[in-house]
Amino acid sequence: MNELLSNYLPILIFVGLAAVIGLALMIAPFVIAYKKPDPEKVSAFEAGFDAFDDARMKFDVRFYLVSILFIVFDLEVALLFPWAVAFREVGWFGFWSVMIFLGVLTIGFIYEWKKGALEWD
Amino acid sequence: MTLPLFFFYVFSVITVASALMVIAARNPVHSVLFLILAFVNSAGLFMLAGAEFLALILIVVYVGAVAVLFLFVTMMLDVDFASLRQGMLQYAPVGVVVGVILLLELLLVGGSFVLPTGVEATAMVPIEQGVQNTKAIGQLLYTRYVFLFQGAAGILLVAMIGAIVLTLRHKSNVKRQDVFRQTGRKRSEGVELVKVKSGQGL
Repeated sequence: MNELLSNYLPILIFVGLAAVIGLALMIAPFVIAYKKPDPEKVSAFEAGFDAFDDARMKFDVRFYLVSILFIVFDLEVALLFPWAVAFREVGWFGFWSVMIFLGVLTIGFIYEWKKGALEWD
Repeated sequence: MTLPLFFFYVFSVITVASALMVIAARNPVHSVLFLILAFVNSAGLFMLAGAEFLALILIVVYVGAVAVLFLFVTMMLDVDFASLRQGMLQYAPVGVVVGVILLLELLLVGGSFVLPTGVEATAMVPIEQGVQNTKAIGQLLYTRYVFLFQGAAGILLVAMIGAIVLTLRHKSNVKRQDVFRQTGRKRSEGVELVKVKSGQGL
């Protein structure tokens, strides 16, 4: 096993442990919990009256806008990580190429701010 | 069987199984959750291939952002899934025909594909040994592939502007807080001292 993978072995053990604990907590109630259902207990309860309609309803499209804008800046930051690691090697050319990249996205950011896309209403 | 090989099989089996569940699950929200599982396991496969940057970016970007976007979209759709499934049997033969043709073509391409010997030496950028994965990407992305990098900036800009143009609808008659006006208010604009004569009122 090479060195890179052995560095990540603790994470794997952690993930395995988390999966075991999570599954144990999910399965244990089925096995050991006391169960005696009756119609009143298992019926839907909404503050004293029957549920008005389905819980599945349309989302406001503004949530979508917020997450799209989030993804754009998420990707922007993701593309900056290799720059931070290889900062010495890429020199001034790399520096200015990243600055132009950030500049283009800053234009978008200003547009978004001025349009009021960051405001909720 | 070595440990990496064992985990390769674990990750690939879970990836393929969850990819199947993405198209087989009845509830679209469950499909998106299986998609997240497929992404995480593909990240494990990337990690086994030594591409640690790609693996972690897959988790950060795809699991953290794109899958959440898919969840939003499936929750926004509000389609009647019972009626969607009605035509299933009707369209199944066409789907099977298209699928079989696609599978045959893939097998033809895959069967006749031969990697020429020494292709690694003719690659544009030879893979240096002993250079960190992220550093190797950084050394190339901002210098050799600068135009593609700027192209990525343009695509992100277009995505941003497109999302705003398509979905931004401002409600009229919404009162907003204007901090500058609020803090720039003078005492004379807000308070007035009125001298009231005794017994007369205002």
